[in-house]
Amino acid sequence: MPDKKETDQGRYRALAFVKGESLAKEKDVEISEDEIHTWPYLVRKEFLAAIIIMIVLMVWSITLDAPLEEPSEPTMTPNPAKAPWYFLGLQEMLVYFDPWIAGVIFPTFIIMGLMAIPYIDINPKGNGYYTFKERKFAILTFCFGFQIIWISLTIVGVFMRGPGWLWFWPWQEWDPHRIVAETNYDLTQLIGIDSKSLLGSVIGGGVVSIYYFLGMTVPFIFMKLRKSQVLDKLGIIRYSIVALLFWTMLGLPIKILLRLVFHLKYVWVTPWFNI
Amino acid sequence: MANKTDKRDKLKIRELLKEKGISGVIKDLILNSQIWRSFFRHGLEDTSKNRMLTTISNVFLHLHAAKVKRHAPLFSFTWCMGGTTFFLFLVLTITGVFLMFYYHPNVRDAYWDMKGLEYHVPFGMLLRNLHRWGAHLMIITVWFHMFRVFMTGSYKSPREFNWGVGVVLLVLTLLLSFTGYLLPWDQLGFWAVTVGTNMARATPLLGHEGPFGEQLGMTAYNDIRFALLGGSLVGGNALLRAYIWHCIGLPLIVGIFMIVHFWRIRKDGGISGKL
Repeated sequence: MPDKKETDQGRYRALAFVKGESLAKEKDVEISEDEIHTWPYLVRKEFLAAIIIMIVLMVWSITLDAPLEEPSEPTMTPNPAKAPWYFLGLQEMLVYFDPWIAGVIFPTFIIMGLMAIPYIDINPKGNGYYTFKERKFAILTFCFGFQIIWISLTIVGVFMRGPGWLWFWPWQEWDPHRIVAETNYDLTQLIGIDSKSLLGSVIGGGVVSIYYFLGMTVPFIFMKLRKSQVLDKLGIIRYSIVALLFWTMLGLPIKILLRLVFHLKYVWVTPWFNI
Repeated sequence: MANKTDKRDKLKIRELLKEKGISGVIKDLILNSQIWRSFFRHGLEDTSKNRMLTTISNVFLHLHAAKVKRHAPLFSFTWCMGGTTFFLFLVLTITGVFLMFYYHPNVRDAYWDMKGLEYHVPFGMLLRNLHRWGAHLMIITVWFHMFRVFMTGSYKSPREFNWGVGVVLLVLTLLLSFTGYLLPWDQLGFWAVTVGTNMARATPLLGHEGPFGEQLGMTAYNDIRFALLGGSLVGGNALLRAYIWHCIGLPLIVGIFMIVHFWRIRKDGGISGKL
């Protein structure tokens, strides 16, 4: 009860500051509350922002015309045929993965993963303010996915890809006849086993399974041994989802690296799908 | 009786004239007229009460609470990206309605309507530029908004649900932009949408080239891509579908999700801040 009395008194004290003048004076508000009036303090900034955006958009629209190419011609495929720029991250993934992964599975994982974030991030700190120290893992993971992977793939797709989806620097001239002799091998071919054979398929599937199995269990055991409280709070279901999303995301740069260094085509070949 | 009150009014006006001058009297008469008072439910004096009434008695402004947290209008905290996205949506809606006056969603006319905008419609090119660049800008601001909300941890409890709504809005924004990409019916849009929708072929189970699609009886004439395009190729039906999704279907859905998004900001404790 004394607490309540104190806050009541606090309120009266705030009124006493006014001395018969308007409550709305900026100084008074500052003293009395942690809130300010929407009108004018927020609304005027919104209007200002709207005006600035409109000016930027106007200048942009006056100086630069929206692109319009020749009338569509279904028999004339442009080389390269590019998706809109905001999907070029996905199109760039097509270099490393089959369309069902790059075009369907990854987008689904991105969307579901984003939606899952509030439910798998159980760290109560850093709610509503900027902090890096208090949530390093969350921020590093998100920024790795967003800035490092998504944005850089988009930039590569927009600026670096020319005819045949080959790499051209922005200052290089696009040569439609350029041919890059590049043979890629499936994982089991590297050790001399036909990747389409049953054995090759089983080995490939095994590698993918082991990747996820190790990815799930090693951090789990490591955290368990260190008696991590985070693990206890997460629980096994949240932990599995975090691990699945994390290692799926990491699978992309890993495959890119394997392609660039070892000319790896597929890890796992089956009659129905390839990974 | 009537005469008496008339006299009194005249006297009052004379006194007022002496006191405030002609402009003061006119202002007084307007502000006290029934018409003005029916429009605006509060006075103009700069008082706390009037500031709050300005917000809550205005249908547009009452999207906001009468008071907001002190840091809410700080550019360094919000980057203004959510509001800017909403503003761009409004700009796109208005320019989009104007564009609809000059556009026929069929294969024969669509491309030449673009030329018509350029050469025959006054400010037609500016209109199209505003719509196109505004759409690109909106995607960027949505991404930045999401990034800001992540960095401030504003998706944490109690805002988990609203983050999910935001992810849906992000996807819908991309779809809106993508459906609009086809409408000029030029090579750029045609092939971008061809590339984009070709990914749908590879949808697992539902696409005829996707894993297990063939086994489930999917062909180019009954799979998910067929449903998107209204055919097995990007043609007149696809153009009409893109048009209807772009101008009616998606804006309606986006509108509903925006209502929920804005409402939940208020219900979940206003704009986030250190708790």
